Amino acid sequence: MLAASSVEMRKVNKYYGKFQALKDIDLSIPPGKVTCLIGPSGSGKSTLLRCINFLEAYDSGEVRIDGQLIGYDAPDKKMSGRRLREMRRSIGMVFQQFNLWPHMTAKENVAEGLIRVRRMSKADADRRASEALAKVGLADKIASHPSRLSGGQQQRVAIARAIAMEPRLMLFDEPTSALDPELVGEVLSVMRTLAGEGMTMVVVTHEMGFAAHVADQVGFMEKGELVSVDSPDRILHRPEDARIQSFLRTYRERNSF
Amino acid sequence: MEWSVLQQYGPSLLKGFGNTILCWALGTLFGMALGLVIALIQRYAPRWLTWIVQAYIEVIRGTPFLVQLFVLYYGGPLVGLRLDALPAGLLGLTIYGSPYFAEIFRSGFRAVSDGQIEAARAIGMSESHIVRRILLPLGLVSALPALVNFSIILTKETVILSIITVPELLYQVQRMSAETFRYVEANLVLALFFWGLVETISRVGLRLEARITKHLIERT
Repeated sequence: MLAASSVEMRKVNKYYGKFQALKDIDLSIPPGKVTCLIGPSGSGKSTLLRCINFLEAYDSGEVRIDGQLIGYDAPDKKMSGRRLREMRRSIGMVFQQFNLWPHMTAKENVAEGLIRVRRMSKADADRRASEALAKVGLADKIASHPSRLSGGQQQRVAIARAIAMEPRLMLFDEPTSALDPELVGEVLSVMRTLAGEGMTMVVVTHEMGFAAHVADQVGFMEKGELVSVDSPDRILHRPEDARIQSFLRTYRERNSF
Repeated sequence: MEWSVLQQYGPSLLKGFGNTILCWALGTLFGMALGLVIALIQRYAPRWLTWIVQAYIEVIRGTPFLVQLFVLYYGGPLVGLRLDALPAGLLGLTIYGSPYFAEIFRSGFRAVSDGQIEAARAIGMSESHIVRRILLPLGLVSALPALVNFSIILTKETVILSIITVPELLYQVQRMSAETFRYVEANLVLALFFWGLVETISRVGLRLEARITKHLIERT
C-alpha cells in the first residue's frame, strides 16, 4: 500500500464572527489508522475536518500534515494558492452531498483531477478512472451521468474520484448522512476496504456501528470542544464523560424500536 | 392596403432586415462576452475593481439606451471618438446589453453549488481550471433561459439604432413610409419580420436548452 500521512492539530481555533466553532483542538491522527469523529450536530466535527485540508481556514494554532503546516507559511501569512494545491493533492475528501459534477460521466468525474491536476494523458487517466470505479464496484457505470445513479452509487463515484488521486489521507464528511438507509451499507463497505488497506482516514459520522468496528480511535466533540479521544470501546461502550453518555443515550433511544 | 409598394421597397427592406440581424447578432455576442468578463471580475477581482465595475453597471442600467447612443455618437467626437453609424450602433448595443448579461451570468454562477466548487478545490484544481471546467459549464446551463430571453429583448432594442442613422429595418421602414405614405403596410412588415426573428431565436434557444440539460435532470 501507499505511504500514509499523519495529522497533528495543536491548539486549533476557528471563529465565525464572534461564534467560536473550534476551541483549542489538540488531535493526533496516526498514519494508516482510522479516526472517527462523533458528536451532536453543530459541535464542530465537520469544521475540524475541513480545517485539515484548509477548505476552512483556521484562525490560530497549527495543523500539520506529515509535519508540514497547511494553510499558512507563518502565523499571519497565508500559504500561496499553488503550495496549498500541492498539499491538497495528497488529501482526498468525500462530502455529505457527494458533490459530483453533473455535466460529466462517472468516468469523467474521476479522470478530471487526474488530467488537470496530475497532468496525466487522457488515455492514462481513463484507465486509472476505470480501475478506481471498478474498485468501488461501479465498473458497469463508467459512462453514466450522476443523474442516472442512486445516492449510494454517486457517493461511491465520489470515493473513486478521491482515491484515483492516490491520496495519503482521506477525509470523509458524513459520507452516508444524505443516503437512504438501504444504501448506507454499500458505501460503508467500500470505506471498510480502504481502511483495511492501511489508508489514513478521518471520518465524521453518525454511524456508530462503523465507528465501533472500523475506527482505531474515536473523538467525541461538543460545542467546538474535542471532549475526548480514545479507543472505540472506551468512547462508545464505557464512556466516563457525562456528555458522551448523554449523547449516546439519545442516539440509542432514537435508533431503538 | 396597398401592397404593391413592397415590390419597389422589398430589396431595401430586406437589406434593412439583414442589418438588423447583423446588429443584433454581433451586439448580443459582444454584449455577452463583455458581460461574462464583468461577472468574472465581480467574482474574482480585488474589491476596488469590483466597485468600478458595479458603478458601470449602475450607470448603464440606470440610463435609457437612446441617451447612451446620443452620447456615444454625437458626444464621442468631442473626445476624439469618431465612429460611423454602424460601428457606433454595435458598440452602443454591446455596452447597453453588457450589465444585464453580467447580472444573468452572476446569477448563473450563484446557482453552481459551493460543494461542486469545493470538490474541485479539494483535489487541488487551480482556480482557472475550476472556472473553465466547473463554473462556466454549469453556470451557463443555469443562465441559458435568461440569456435567450434577454437576447430576444435586444432584438427589439435594435430599432433605436435608426436614430443615429444605422440603416437597419426601422430606418428603411421609415424611409418607405415617408416616401409613399404607406405607414400601415410598412409597419406591418416591420412587425412580421421581428416576429419571425424572435420566434426563431426562442425555438433555437429551447432546442439548445433541451440538449445541454439532458444529463443534468435528476432521475425520478
